Amino acid sequence: MSTPSKADQHWQKTRRLTLVLLLIWILVTFVFNWFARELNDLVIYGFPVAFYMGAQGLLVIYLLIIWFYNRQMRKLDAEYGEDEA
Amino acid sequence: MFGHFTRLQRYYLMYTGSFLVFIFSLWVLERHGMPPRWIGYAFLFFTISIYAAIGIVSRTSDVSEYYVAGRRVPAFFNGMATGADWMSAASFMGLAGTLYLSGYQGLAYVIGWTGGFVLVALLLAPYLRRFGAFTIPDFLGARYGGNTIRLVAVGSAILASFVYVVAQIYGVGVITSRFVSLQFEIGVFVGLAGILVCSFLGGMRAVTWTQVAQYVILIIAYLTPVAILSWNVTGVAVPQLAYGKVLQEVTRLEHELFNTPAEVEVRALFKERADQYAQKIMQLPYSLVHERDALTTEINTLKASDAQMRDIVALERQRRELPHDPAEARQRWENLMFSAVDRSKPPIHHAEVFPGDTPEIQNALRINFLALIFCLTVGTAALPHVLIRYYTTPTVREARESVFWSLLFILLLYVTAPAYAVFAKYEVLTHLAEIPIAKLPGWVAAWTKVGLVTIEDINRDGVLQLAELSMNPDVIVLATPEIAGMPYVVSGLVAAGALAAALSTADGLLLTITSALSHDVYYRIFRPGASTQFRLVISKSLLLVVALLAATVAAQKPGTILSMVAWAFSIAGSAFFPALVLGIFWQRATRLGALAGMLSGLLLTLYYIVRLEFTAIPWMGLRDIGMAPWFNIQSTSAGVFGVAFGFAVTIGVSLLTRPDSAAEKFLTIVRRSRSTS
Repeated sequence: MSTPSKADQHWQKTRRLTLVLLLIWILVTFVFNWFARELNDLVIYGFPVAFYMGAQGLLVIYLLIIWFYNRQMRKLDAEYGEDEA
Repeated sequence: MFGHFTRLQRYYLMYTGSFLVFIFSLWVLERHGMPPRWIGYAFLFFTISIYAAIGIVSRTSDVSEYYVAGRRVPAFFNGMATGADWMSAASFMGLAGTLYLSGYQGLAYVIGWTGGFVLVALLLAPYLRRFGAFTIPDFLGARYGGNTIRLVAVGSAILASFVYVVAQIYGVGVITSRFVSLQFEIGVFVGLAGILVCSFLGGMRAVTWTQVAQYVILIIAYLTPVAILSWNVTGVAVPQLAYGKVLQEVTRLEHELFNTPAEVEVRALFKERADQYAQKIMQLPYSLVHERDALTTEINTLKASDAQMRDIVALERQRRELPHDPAEARQRWENLMFSAVDRSKPPIHHAEVFPGDTPEIQNALRINFLALIFCLTVGTAALPHVLIRYYTTPTVREARESVFWSLLFILLLYVTAPAYAVFAKYEVLTHLAEIPIAKLPGWVAAWTKVGLVTIEDINRDGVLQLAELSMNPDVIVLATPEIAGMPYVVSGLVAAGALAAALSTADGLLLTITSALSHDVYYRIFRPGASTQFRLVISKSLLLVVALLAATVAAQKPGTILSMVAWAFSIAGSAFFPALVLGIFWQRATRLGALAGMLSGLLLTLYYIVRLEFTAIPWMGLRDIGMAPWFNIQSTSAGVFGVAFGFAVTIGVSLLTRPDSAAEKFLTIVRRSRSTS
């Protein structure tokens, strides 16, 4: 059983990580798409950028966000002795 | 990971292998003359008996096994099961069609339905798993205390899930009637049987393992036809990579074809027709009387002369088929007017973002695009049948990891859907547009017969203009095998995949509804002392009742059901999302605050949908309740207001009420990282 302050630290770090990743998510989902019309003038390998991001790019970014979150949480759990596996 | 497989992985690899062998042997049989109908039956029989076998093997009489699969599902398999649970008949058949019809605008669904899983991963899944309840109302009940919030949660869960389940069963009816030519109503009850064999005996445990099996079938069925089509068109069998070049070609063809004189003429003719209907509607009831009189006079003059009997009969039939009263005439003519208006509009360029002539129109499209993404993400993160899947993993860590696998498995389909749309558009622009109607490819005629494709040569030049063609969205995925000239066995495979998508989602939803009723209402509120055996009896009987009810509703072919599914996301989002997120991240949130927030968010969403979609509700005595949308936002995105309002009310009321002392204890459990088993 960890001491309360240790558990508090764990929670604080979790919260900070969540907030940062959530902001990135909002940025790519809402801010980016707000400017989709402008971004679509760029064309890479036949794909207009906004179309390509909506159809594939964003989805991969989402996957990376979740992957990164899981990795950091595994580290945090290990660091604070909360590892359960 | 590939070095040593677990026992489960070996089982599912063997299963996948035998499914591929099954497809291959059917293909061989088809080449030796097996009729298409038998191929359809073979797929239907084979897949449903696999689901039934899994259901029977996983039968259980243990409460924890029944509600949360004993919390023993590894992250990888839970990801697959969630994928099947999540992807419904609409994702499988409808999404590619929506993308075909609306181009870039349709990507809101792709973005929203995947982006929601980031919210699930960061904000919900680990915390739900750590507390380790059976249902979502259970979690809310424990966090805020009291039965009222539990009941509100049960009500919202049922509201969001029931229409959804009806739509899945409806989908099963459509698929079976189309591919094995069963009667629609019989198809619905075949689907019902398919659902019950999985969930009745084994609850969540059986549903989980069938969903994994269903995922394998649905993803093979979705990827195969478009990969072959991509190979035919571009020489690359990875459609997700190859369609960029095709999209460029599509854009070039669009510029070439959209404004040819013939196209412009056809659109003008449709505009003319729309105006005629508008005029006729304005002049009701006189216009209806006038039309009938005109036909009568014509028939009489024909009868007086020595005209062909056949012409007279045709005119008489035309007169018989006129609307019977002004109300019917208004409805029928309005539909005809709207479809003519649709066809009179210049078509959208596939890759163009927020198309519109003026900045105002472009802005309205942009706002709606973002609002729809918002509602779909928040709804994804609040639909109970998805969230309960994360109760089934052994640990919190595996719950987190299974969100990753879920999104990966879901991505495979969503990344492919835009490719379907682009390839279909390429086919239409190269092999259909400006081609003499007599020389159209065979698949067009086949689907015209079923009524999913309609062609009307309005300018009578014998050549198909784009505006003269209209396609039902479902046709894109269903017809791709024929477009690519593949054997019927591929069409059968697609049907089996669509069936798997519909059944797996229906299973998850049905279980959510029954566990909300049996666990939360019956056990937690009415009879906390009920024995475990009796609780399962109640669960199973409720499952039967709800399933029968859903099938009965689906058999009525309710026309509005498909649009109602889009509302489920807004409803679930505004009812659950603020209460769940604030409950986990804000200790100060109180019972009254959450209750007020859930109710007001939900009611605002419902209010907005009703006032936008209906002008009158006769049985409630309401008239003239239609209103103009706020900020041009459509009813499918009603959740934007509901969720925001729900957050505001929850925070406001919580600050006005005294803090709950129980919240701290609950939150130390939920936020700590040790799992309670």
